[in-house]
Amino acid sequence: MKKLILALSTAAILSVASGAAQAATKVCFLYVGSKTDGGWTQAHDIGRQELQNHFGDKVETVFLENVPEGPDAERAIERFARSGCELIFTTSFGFMEPTLKVAKKFPDVKFEHATGYKTEENVTSYNSRFYEGRYIQGKIAGMMSKVGVAGYIGSFPIPEVVQGINSFLLGAQSVNPDFAIKVVWVNSWFDAGKEADAAKALIDQGVDIITQHTDSTGPMQVASERGIKAFGQASDMIDAGPETQLTAIVDTWGAYYIKRTQALMDGTWTTQSIWDGLADGILQMAPYTNMPDDVKQAAMDTEAKIVSGELKPFTGPITKQDGTEWLKAGEEADDGTLLGLNFYIKGVDDQLPQ
Amino acid sequence: MTLAEAILLTITTAATPLLLAAIGELVVERSGVLNLGVEGMIVIGAVVAFAAAQLTGSAYLGALFGMAAGCLFSLLFAFLTLTLVANQVATGLALTILGLGLSGMIGESFVGQRGVQLDEIAIPFLSSIPLIGNLLFNQDLIFYVSIFSVFGVSWFLFKTRLGLQLRAIGDSHGSAHALGISVIKTRYLAVMFGGACAGLAGAQLSLVYTPQWVENMSAGRGWIALALVVFASWRPLRVLAGAYLFGAVTIGQLHAQALGFGIPSQFLSALPYLATIIVLVIISRNRRLTLMNTPASLGQSFVPDR
Amino acid sequence: MRIELEKRPAHSALFSMLSPFIALGLTIIAGAILFTALGKNPFDALYSFFIEPLTELWSLHELLIKAAPLILIAVGLSVCFRSNNWNIGAEGQFIMGGVVGSIVPIYFHEWNSFVVLPLMLIMGMIGGALYAGIPALLKTRFNTNEILSSLMLVYVAELFLDWLVRGPWRNPEGFNFPESRSFNDSAVLPELFPASGGANLGIVFALIATLLTWFMMRHMLKGFEVSVLGQSARAGRFAGFSSTKMIFFAFLFSGALAGLAGISEVSGAIGRLQPDISPAYGFTAIIVAFLGRLNPLGIFAAGIILALTYLGGEAAQISIGLPDKVARVFQGFLLFFVLACDTLIHYRVRLVTAIKARTEGEGAS
Repeated sequence: MKKLILALSTAAILSVASGAAQAATKVCFLYVGSKTDGGWTQAHDIGRQELQNHFGDKVETVFLENVPEGPDAERAIERFARSGCELIFTTSFGFMEPTLKVAKKFPDVKFEHATGYKTEENVTSYNSRFYEGRYIQGKIAGMMSKVGVAGYIGSFPIPEVVQGINSFLLGAQSVNPDFAIKVVWVNSWFDAGKEADAAKALIDQGVDIITQHTDSTGPMQVASERGIKAFGQASDMIDAGPETQLTAIVDTWGAYYIKRTQALMDGTWTTQSIWDGLADGILQMAPYTNMPDDVKQAAMDTEAKIVSGELKPFTGPITKQDGTEWLKAGEEADDGTLLGLNFYIKGVDDQLPQ
Repeated sequence: MTLAEAILLTITTAATPLLLAAIGELVVERSGVLNLGVEGMIVIGAVVAFAAAQLTGSAYLGALFGMAAGCLFSLLFAFLTLTLVANQVATGLALTILGLGLSGMIGESFVGQRGVQLDEIAIPFLSSIPLIGNLLFNQDLIFYVSIFSVFGVSWFLFKTRLGLQLRAIGDSHGSAHALGISVIKTRYLAVMFGGACAGLAGAQLSLVYTPQWVENMSAGRGWIALALVVFASWRPLRVLAGAYLFGAVTIGQLHAQALGFGIPSQFLSALPYLATIIVLVIISRNRRLTLMNTPASLGQSFVPDR
Repeated sequence: MRIELEKRPAHSALFSMLSPFIALGLTIIAGAILFTALGKNPFDALYSFFIEPLTELWSLHELLIKAAPLILIAVGLSVCFRSNNWNIGAEGQFIMGGVVGSIVPIYFHEWNSFVVLPLMLIMGMIGGALYAGIPALLKTRFNTNEILSSLMLVYVAELFLDWLVRGPWRNPEGFNFPESRSFNDSAVLPELFPASGGANLGIVFALIATLLTWFMMRHMLKGFEVSVLGQSARAGRFAGFSSTKMIFFAFLFSGALAGLAGISEVSGAIGRLQPDISPAYGFTAIIVAFLGRLNPLGIFAAGIILALTYLGGEAAQISIGLPDKVARVFQGFLLFFVLACDTLIHYRVRLVTAIKARTEGEGAS
């Protein structure tokens, strides 16, 4: 009995001591999907775990998953702010307005919203230049495809996805100027069955390379069954197609989350509008596999050029889908246009809703 | 493989889970019970089938476990609605909520694993028939079961005594009871059959369609299956037609997109839903025929008077 | 051993009151077992589920925001279900209410006037009602089963909204992201007590709809007509009621309320149109309707309780790291226990053992 009391009191003292030492910085994450979705949200959650491991006891991370966009998101963010979160990452475009609304009420809390465009005194907007990875994929597809047509499985026609389609095609056309893309929209970010069906439809129509801007490994599996090559999205999908995946765009948010949390701790956090790319490590290419050495070499060269800044995917001459000129030779697209990109370049067979 | 053949093959894969879940629900509804928990049972079947296949290494064992899991899960619904006469609509919806949550919990450690695929069984001679051979006789076991179940259920309902009793219960449980048929016991069996079918449909998703486990992978197919039973006006062969019609339009719209017609994808995506409504409008205009097949005591609870 | 039910001569007023509490007790026990098995402190978990959301004023506001659409839709559905019309598509009617109601603030975005909001609400109701009118028309004219048509129209509405906000209604100043213009101030549903939280007029609409529907069902001929036709179309015809008119009434009524919920949500809680405006409110409301035993007053309570479990689930995720799947499972438990305990109102439940059954049988003979 005595021992027990002793043990209890020591425990109490210990907990008081650790509490007194220094309160951990509370960093909170809002997810639109499940943290084990194998794609978008999982990539953010891996970033959160890296943040936790990096700082150990010095930070406390909390997350809410499967939060619908709308009033539920607003309530969740407010609950974060009220429960002592000092830095809040909201990781879906649809969380932008709710984030701004709550941020107005809690000026002392810092907010970071992914893939949007609005900022405030205490709201930073951060995004990743996924399209840089798409360009490398396009280059590979241009060299690997025999028929010169790739299948592109799209989620929703938002600028981010349109950037990807155009950038992929530019990469491919740098090898084969006649390269074309077939696009199928599944109107969902995550529906393994539907994505697989879309992949089958594209393959049946003769494409011999598949790339996707949706989050499940469904298309990768189909490609592997049908014996053609494919690219992974958001996470390394090599497990779903060990002989199929050429490379994947891997979202690596961890370094960014660590950097921003450090800034908060140091008191140097300021609002920004961040659009990082391959050079900053916010996205990486999964190992180049299942391709001949010369293609691999070309891919690595392209990646090196993008990292060094020598190559910018959206550099003229580029012709729009309707045949009009978008960029003159040597002209680079500005970020404003890219951010709201809603037209295709020549070689896409799809129409965007206007 | 020709293009037409390839498209048809894709359609069968898309239609099979709908067909299985719908044929199970058809039997349930024919017995007078409305179980809106199909979505929940499918997703439980999917996760358990996947887990069992991963752990045992056998896709067949996986499918068996998936079926058993759907069946067990449906017992929960049966106990509430048949023994405790809880409201069927609400209980079914609650079953879906529970199923989606529970499957997420069970499946957490299986996310991202490469699945075991159920392999195809080529039926000797038949599978070499040109055109249809590969399509109909070189498929996985669940496909064969799904087709067999249509004719099996049709035979059971309309050609056997037990089937007659089941339909009698669905039409008027009071009279059936008066005739000495065990209403509750028959309904329990019907619900369990529906659960097993939905479980197998789930197994098809995680072992054949896309051999992997992801949360909510049923993606609303349970609801479509429910609608298909109504579409079929409770007749098995029409369920077959409905499931394949829905599958065909779903796949067709993806091909239309890939061909680049320039129609907004949302309109094309809406086609399967509109097509089912329109076809149902056309086939259900004969009021007498429709009423004849509608289980009259659908959704009503039964408590025997003593 | 088996369970046997014996119908009570009249429904038990005592158990009518007690059953929710018995259900709550059972849920707490089952929940405690579940949380303990997962290595969480059951007291903390239950506290964050049921108490924490109620301890702060802002959170009470949020509770009302979450509950309002559920109640509005469910009250409308109760009339539909009571008249034996199976409207499963309230989700679609909610969306179309939001869409039609948004026509004014999107096309006349600079129009600042006190008439804007009432106009939006009325148009939202009309939008929901007309969309619900489709299954009603198909049912009466072509004998098409409404379960299928109303359900399928949900998907059509979702895709239609998706197309609108990505195409013609996209905010011209929004970098082509999928959302409409933000509504101007005169198109936003006012908050009730802005100082303490965000609850808006939506909950007031829910309350009014609840009371009016309760009054109609209880004291008006229309309510009687709904019940009679719902129990037996034949009996209704003898009484001179038209089941065709009733089909239209039920669908238009529930559609209008779902549409009102939709435009209230878009105008109040969201402030613009976006691809997702409903986390499946229309489906969840079906449960709410039955949890409330199809009685408007009961539905009001059920809506609040269901909303509480959503808020509680979030609180539990944040304060004790309870996974969101577990919260769903726990929600399922609660629903099952509530539904099961309602049995007690109409029935006596007895456990019959084999021996007892035999002696009873002998006694009877």
